[in-house]
Formats: sequence, C-alpha cells, structure tokens
Amino acid sequence: MVPRRGQGHHHFMSHRNFIWICLLPLVVVTAAFFLLPMAQLLAVGAGGSRGVSAYLAIITEPRYRATLINTVVLAAATTIATLVIATIAGLFLQRHRFPGRAVLIAMLTFPLAFPGVVVGFLIILLAGRQGLIGAITAAVTGEKVVFAYSIFGLFLGYLYFSIPRVILTVMAAVQKLDIGLEEAARSLGASPWAVQRDVVLPALGPAFVASGAIAFATAMGAFGTAFTLATNIDVLPMLIYTEFTLAANFAISAALSIGLGVIAWAILALARSMSGGAVAAAG
Amino acid sequence: MSGIAGHGAAVHIENCGKTFPDGTQALAPASLDIVSGETLVLLGPSGCGKTTMLRIIAGLETPDAGGRVLFDRTDMTAVPIEQRHVGMVFQSYALFPNMTVAENIGYGLKIRGVDKAARAARVAEMVALTNIGGLENRRIDQLSGGQRQRVALARAVAVRPRVLLLDEPLTALDASLRDRLRSELNSLLRSLGITAIYVTHDQAEAMELGDRIVVMRKGAIAQIGTPREIYFAPQNRFVAEFVGAANIVEGPVSGGRLTLPGGWLALNDAADNAAAVAMIRPETIGIVAEADAFLRGMVESVAFIGDRQRLVVTGAANKPLTVDAPNTINVRAGERVGLSVTPQAVRVLPKED
Repeated sequence: MVPRRGQGHHHFMSHRNFIWICLLPLVVVTAAFFLLPMAQLLAVGAGGSRGVSAYLAIITEPRYRATLINTVVLAAATTIATLVIATIAGLFLQRHRFPGRAVLIAMLTFPLAFPGVVVGFLIILLAGRQGLIGAITAAVTGEKVVFAYSIFGLFLGYLYFSIPRVILTVMAAVQKLDIGLEEAARSLGASPWAVQRDVVLPALGPAFVASGAIAFATAMGAFGTAFTLATNIDVLPMLIYTEFTLAANFAISAALSIGLGVIAWAILALARSMSGGAVAAAG
Repeated sequence: MSGIAGHGAAVHIENCGKTFPDGTQALAPASLDIVSGETLVLLGPSGCGKTTMLRIIAGLETPDAGGRVLFDRTDMTAVPIEQRHVGMVFQSYALFPNMTVAENIGYGLKIRGVDKAARAARVAEMVALTNIGGLENRRIDQLSGGQRQRVALARAVAVRPRVLLLDEPLTALDASLRDRLRSELNSLLRSLGITAIYVTHDQAEAMELGDRIVVMRKGAIAQIGTPREIYFAPQNRFVAEFVGAANIVEGPVSGGRLTLPGGWLALNDAADNAAAVAMIRPETIGIVAEADAFLRGMVESVAFIGDRQRLVVTGAANKPLTVDAPNTINVRAGERVGLSVTPQAVRVLPKED
C-alpha cells in the first residue's frame, strides 16, 4: 500500500507541474502585454503635475466632464437604438424565409469587417459636404443638408458598426427560443403584442444585456470613426488622443484612459445587475 | 359539473386536411366528432398526422380549404388560437422561465383581466388540484420534470378551457414517474369532466386515458373506437400490431376453418378465402395437452415474467406464435404442446398491401 501511495503522489505532483508549465506562456503574455502596461498606465496617470488627483480630473475639469457626458450619452443612445433596430430585424429575419434573405443577412453583417475609418468615410459619402443626401436635398429644396460632422453623423456611424454584432446575437437567441412558449401564451389568450411583451422580450433579456454591453463598450471606445468625422465633436477617445499627441500630456491622457475603462465597466456592471432585477420582476 | 371544470365543448372536425407549402400531405382530409366531456386520444407513430390534427383543433394550423373546426356548432376555423379558449399542454411544457409557478398558472387569467383576488383564489385551487403546494414561488428552473408537468397542466386548466389539448405531455418523463402521473392525469380528467384531446404514441397511455382512441397512420385515420374495440376488434393489421402484442397468422379458410401448418383454427362465420389474415392476442391462446388440441406446435422458449410466462411456439403457424401462459403451468422449451383458441379470439383482418 505504501509504495503505491507514494507512486500516486508522485504522479499527482508531475501532473500539477505539467499544468503549471502549460500555463506559463499565458502568464508571461498576460504579464508582458496586459498587467505591466496597465501598471505603467496607472503610474503615469498619477505621476503628472496633478498627482493622484489627475484621476478625478475627468469629473472635476468642466471640459473633460462635458466630453465624458457626451461620450456616455452617445454610447447609450447608440446602444438603445441598435437594440431596437437589431431586435426587430433579428426577429423578422429568424422567423421568416423569403428570397434574398441570405443576401440581406450578409449585407447587414458586412460592416463587421470594416475598420472605423471606413465607416467614417461611408458616413461622409452619405452625409458629408459632397455627400448623397447633400446632393439630393440641394436638388429638391435648394438647401444642402450636411450632418456627417455633427454628433448625429457620429451616432449614425456607431449605429452602422454596432448593428451587425447585435443582430447576430439576437438572431442566435431567437433561434434558441422555444416556439412552444409563444404558442402556450397565445393559447392562454395573449394577443401578439402581449406575447412579445410577456414572453419573447423577457426571454431575450440575457441576449440584450450581452450584446448591448458589447455595443456600449465599443461605442465608448470607438476611435476610427470619431477621428475620421470629428471636426467639432469631442468624445473621450479623441480627447485622449489630442492630450497625448498634441499636448503631450501623458499623465492626463493616462488618467483619462483609466477613467474611460472604469466608467464603461461600471455602467456595464450596473446594466447587468439592473437587467437581472428586471428579468425577475417582469412577471 | 364541478366548479373546478370549465364548460366542455363538443368538437366537430369536418374534412380537415393539411398540405404543407412544399406539397407534403401531413394529414388527409378527415372528420371527427368529440363528445362534450370526452377524452379522445390520437394515437400513432411519429409522422402519422396526430400532432397536425391537434394543432388544427388548437388553431395553430389552418386546415386546407374545405376543412372546418366547430366548437358546440360554432365555426371556429377562422378564429385565432388566442380567442378559441383552449388549454394546451406541450411535451416541452413551455413554462415561462421569467415567471414563478404561481405567475405561470395565473397568466391566462391575468391576460383575460381577472382581478388579483380572484386570480389568487383560482391559482390556489389549481395548486391544490395538481398537488404542487409549496412550489408557488419557485422559479421554473428549480422544478423537476414531474413538477413542471403539473404546473403546465394547472396553467392550462386554470382558464377553464372549452377544450383541453395535450400533446405528448408525459413523453419527456422517466418510466416510473410516467406511470404514476398517467393515473393521476386520468382521475383528474375524469373529475373535471372536461373535453380533452390527447396526443400520444404510447398505446398503454392511450388505453388508460382514452374514452375513445383514434389510431392514425401516415396522415389518415386507421380506426376509431373504444380501447376495448381497438384491442379486441382491430379493423386492420396496422391497428392490430400497433396496439398491444398480436400474432398475425395467414392461411386458407374453408368451411369456417383456418388451416395452418400445425393444424386448424375454428372461426366465427368467416367466408371462404384462399389467403386469409387473422390476428390472435397472446393471452387468448391456451396451453393444453397435445392430444386435446386441433393446433399443435413446439415450445421454443419460455420466459418467466412473474405474473405470467411468455412462450414462443413454433410449427403451429407460418411464423412463431407468442403465447402468454399462466405462471402456474409447467412447460419447458423443446416440449410439444397443444394450443386452444376460441373462435371469438381469432380476428380475421381484411387483406391489404
């Protein structure tokens, strides 16, 4: 018995060592490319002329605060609009079969591959000074409508690249939905509206939170589109960029970066806990 | 009628067929009458059209042109399911995961605008009826399969439906639980006096629950009858073999005798026929001494099951015969035996494909 136990012990140790050796590359990569720069970012943020209070500047400094509010409002509006559009489209696309459906889904999800710069470029082509909408409105009303460089242009751009991500998640969730749930609700007397309100939307709740979180985080941090369009809009990623490259204000840009991350994370956590409560209270 | 039950409607189905857009015919035009308060079972293998029939009655499918569904002589064909006032129990139970047990049971009442106090009273009544006291505030994912089945039934009955429609409600449960719930369901349906239409592929379920059984095959009705009629007097080979165990024997009939390789069987007024097909249930065949019988064979195997023993007898008919013998008689494999079968036990079937 004793030697056998010793042997087992030996096997156990070598097995554990083996796992540690396998994990080593992951530990190294995480440390080198994630933890160290993050620690450095934290240190740089606190190392400027303001010291640790640089971290509060995002709230206390009026210009930064206004930019933060802009960014959060824009990201929230994008998320809500995306969820509404993608849910209606996703439900329809998953439940109906018609000629051209595959092409339509492909087109809707095509922007997944576009970088923000291309999305910004598309918005300029649509609503810029030489854009389609400008040309049409100029011909019809005599007045050229240009909104590519406004907050609405940015909103449209964010919408464009958020919809594909959300629509795919919603379609997958709709596919998994037991059609029997809707049939049961209808047999109990629920109108089509009541079925959506009481059964379908609550069942899709987790998908909304998951895909909404991604849409929100992406919109908070989107840079390419903002950079391409931004003539008169301030959003946080742009602010960080200008503080960093133009003003060479390393400490503030580091502190703003940390602030952006923390606020996006906090809002997502809040949304998640609230939706948990909402799902429980929906009955 | 008891206060718990709703009004059980008489259901009349007239020429209801269903052809899907791709051209496959799930159901050939069929007509059925379901008496108020009756439990009618639609029985058949998968793909026989039984679920399609149920969904047409529910209003989840529209019948092909010419088909009509009537509840108490009112044409419901164009009425959507939400206005048909039916109760449905699904194989997957389809309980709402975002609601508690009590909210699930009360949902149909809430949608119909029943006030909170009346709703709570009715939910309590349903909870007591289906023996799920103490589970009211549970979430659905905290329930066992059997509990879910009870909640689904309580939810469907709570609205006092005109017709209760059950689509394989016990299929997802394990065997012992299924047997227990089957007899509970049976007494519940009897006490409610509700009109119920029950879909299943399980013949034991159909026998126990059905006032009448509709055996279906390949989108058509094979036979309609009481469980006894279906069992003792099947009208065709499919029904004979699908419901219960059946020996199918083939041979020529002349002078009221069916001649088989091991002798002959007396028949009740059967016309002469060069190639007749007949059915004999295993429990109707008696084991007697070889000298006393007109039909003889050899026992190939004996399986002692407890309440009876199942013998396989070769040489009597063109195929081995299954015989359910009493557990008291002493037979061994290899022994030659006589078989006694009364004329009433032999059912001549129409010749078919």
